Amino acid sequence: MSVPQYRKAAAVALVAGLGLSLTACSTKGDDKDSTAGGKVTITVDCQPVGAQKELLKNWNDDVAEFQKQNPDIIIKSVSVGEQCNNPPDFTARLAGGTVTDVFYGYMTDLQQVLDSGQAMDITQYANKDTIPTWDSVDPALKEVFTDGGKLYAVPVKNYSMGLVYNKALFQQAGLDVNNPPKTWADVRTAAKKISALGNGIAGYSEYSAGNTGGWHFTSLLYSQGGRMLTEDGKKADFNNAQGKQVLQNIKDMRYGDNSMGSRQLLQWGDLLTNAGAGKVGMFIGAPDATQAIVSQFQGKFQDWAMSPLPGQDAAAKGTLGGGEGYFFKKDLTPEQVKAGMKWIAYQKLTPGKGQFDYVRAKPQNYPVGLPQPLLFANGSEAQKQELELRKANANVDTANFALFEATPVPIKGEPRNAQAVYAVLDAAMSGVLTNPNSNIDALLKTAEEKVNQLLAAES
Amino acid sequence: MAITTVPETPRKPGRPPSPYSARPQRTSLGRKVRDNLTGHTFLIGAVLCFVVFSWYPMIRGIMMSFQRTRRGETTWVGWDNYSRIIADPSFWTAWQNTFYFTVLALVLGYAVPFFVAIMLNEFRHAKGYLRILVYLPVMLPPASALFLFKFYAYDPSEAGLFNAILKALHLPTSQWMQSPEMTMPAMVVASTWMNMGGAVLIYLASLQNIPGELYEAAELDGAGIWRRIRHVTIPQTRLILALLAMLQIVATMQLFIEPLILANGAGAEDSATSVAYLIYQHGFFQNDLNGAAALGVIMLVVLAGFSAVYVRLTAKQD
Repeated sequence: MSVPQYRKAAAVALVAGLGLSLTACSTKGDDKDSTAGGKVTITVDCQPVGAQKELLKNWNDDVAEFQKQNPDIIIKSVSVGEQCNNPPDFTARLAGGTVTDVFYGYMTDLQQVLDSGQAMDITQYANKDTIPTWDSVDPALKEVFTDGGKLYAVPVKNYSMGLVYNKALFQQAGLDVNNPPKTWADVRTAAKKISALGNGIAGYSEYSAGNTGGWHFTSLLYSQGGRMLTEDGKKADFNNAQGKQVLQNIKDMRYGDNSMGSRQLLQWGDLLTNAGAGKVGMFIGAPDATQAIVSQFQGKFQDWAMSPLPGQDAAAKGTLGGGEGYFFKKDLTPEQVKAGMKWIAYQKLTPGKGQFDYVRAKPQNYPVGLPQPLLFANGSEAQKQELELRKANANVDTANFALFEATPVPIKGEPRNAQAVYAVLDAAMSGVLTNPNSNIDALLKTAEEKVNQLLAAES
Repeated sequence: MAITTVPETPRKPGRPPSPYSARPQRTSLGRKVRDNLTGHTFLIGAVLCFVVFSWYPMIRGIMMSFQRTRRGETTWVGWDNYSRIIADPSFWTAWQNTFYFTVLALVLGYAVPFFVAIMLNEFRHAKGYLRILVYLPVMLPPASALFLFKFYAYDPSEAGLFNAILKALHLPTSQWMQSPEMTMPAMVVASTWMNMGGAVLIYLASLQNIPGELYEAAELDGAGIWRRIRHVTIPQTRLILALLAMLQIVATMQLFIEPLILANGAGAEDSATSVAYLIYQHGFFQNDLNGAAALGVIMLVVLAGFSAVYVRLTAKQD
């Protein structure tokens, strides 16, 4: 072959190859096989990643057992790394249309999922036939995933915030581990004693970056009896005495008492890293914060206990609740939706199975005995079963969470467009944590204006 | 290899072309393509790649900036996204922060590599080793470099590297990234350290192209080092200086990774919020991809404006 001919052939092959690969890229998956051979196939996400060997084995065992019980359903599990707890990753998948048939989302994600047009109205499918424990699921959680009277997701996890404290540091500081702080004055006193231990230990630690500052501001505001938005959800409602008190408490501890350590602008993992290293006396968090401290940040379960969220002068008037659920992709067939419901029922909502398989979890490095997930309504049959199983198989000291469980604080849900609102409030939190001359009135006024603009743009 | 000859196309009868005509004869597009079929076939691949991976996403982004998606329905909303984004109080904060960073980066990140290059150029020995040493930070992944600064150099306690140095010199320590006033200067220092090596090498290459006779002549005329730099080095490297200034402006205005890592995003009281970070916030945390697209287009226009100014200035210089 002469050189010019060779070059022509190479060019044609290049163009043909490129064209073919582009065609391949644009070819969507063959949806027809979703019911091939009388079997229904569904893709589900949040399969544990390879590094989580035991969790992955548990998941695969559950899939195998479920498919044995339901031979007409094929579960295709997808592991998407951080997608299941990383908002930017989730947003990218949603925008790119690459979410699985049954996909995980936070309670705060409902509006975002609806806007993307990818969620299916599952009102007619969610019932006792598809999910045997459906009537036991807390109605308040179903309400969170309901919009315009239509249900869009099945709740699978719920939490509420309390005061997480380090028993070892309490003991070192001469504090009573069985009598943790109940008011913010108590928190300040304890924090001062703990930070006096030195060695870079913060008596109390707080978030102010990555939207987590706004998240905690909300919980602290609820503890004061406040609310983030007006009743109709159209305006900010935190620029008032209660909001000022929240920031004042933090500013007083940071610069008045010097009991919050020097490093600020913390986001989720930063605080827990410090906590795992034994450098944090107290912080507010959900029960699974202790799980993260142990499994990801080398802490010890026996060091950590929880009590109810402190109030200003007495018990807290409210606390923040949140959680997760599973959505269903819009174009699924009724058979696929029902199959997805059955899978979620098996893996997430059946005492003794999946996430509630405490017998299996007990010998593994996975905590049993934490006061969550709070999925089932008080007094319901499923709740009784789940509590009995939890008690019988606990591998963490449930006494560490007894105060938190025995003194429930009224739970309030997250505000509309929560992540955006939290991002705005990060600046207010970072203001009082990094600037001794910060003007609380100005910080709240700016945040109020920003949130009002956000909400106006949303409507 | 066979040598092929193209047979001459028979001329149509008529008036012969004037021997004084300077205008070349037109050939049809089809003929041009046929004449260089191989080249054009290769070109299709390149153009397809650009269309699919560069131009289409840009055009799609511009379209999205005029659309709004709600409940899966996409509608055209004109300039709504733009007016909404401009009304966002963080919009001006982000531009202010970004311009501040750019100006600081021009003063520090632009001038320092130039003078480092001049110094390196003056060394007679160990030039190669010195170049490697200067270039080393560029090889460190930016995220790793920034984490070094965040947890080691900018530690706000007295154990932090910079605070330890300040303390040893009996100077007041700083909160670094936790101080709204120090956020930008601290980010520029880190950014300059990370990126200086590449610019230094380019300057060095440019400096070595300056004829030695010019310096000799200047020295004979009694010019000291500053006059040699002013009257020989700078004029001789002006095109490279202008190009790198332009690249510096374009790169620094897209400030993103520094606030994301050093300041965990917005920083103390929004002091680190850059335009690129605001785009990320809108797109991925505020469920506002259309607003993010509008902000991206605004940024594109501003950077295109800077580029146009650069092209004009350098054209005049030429």
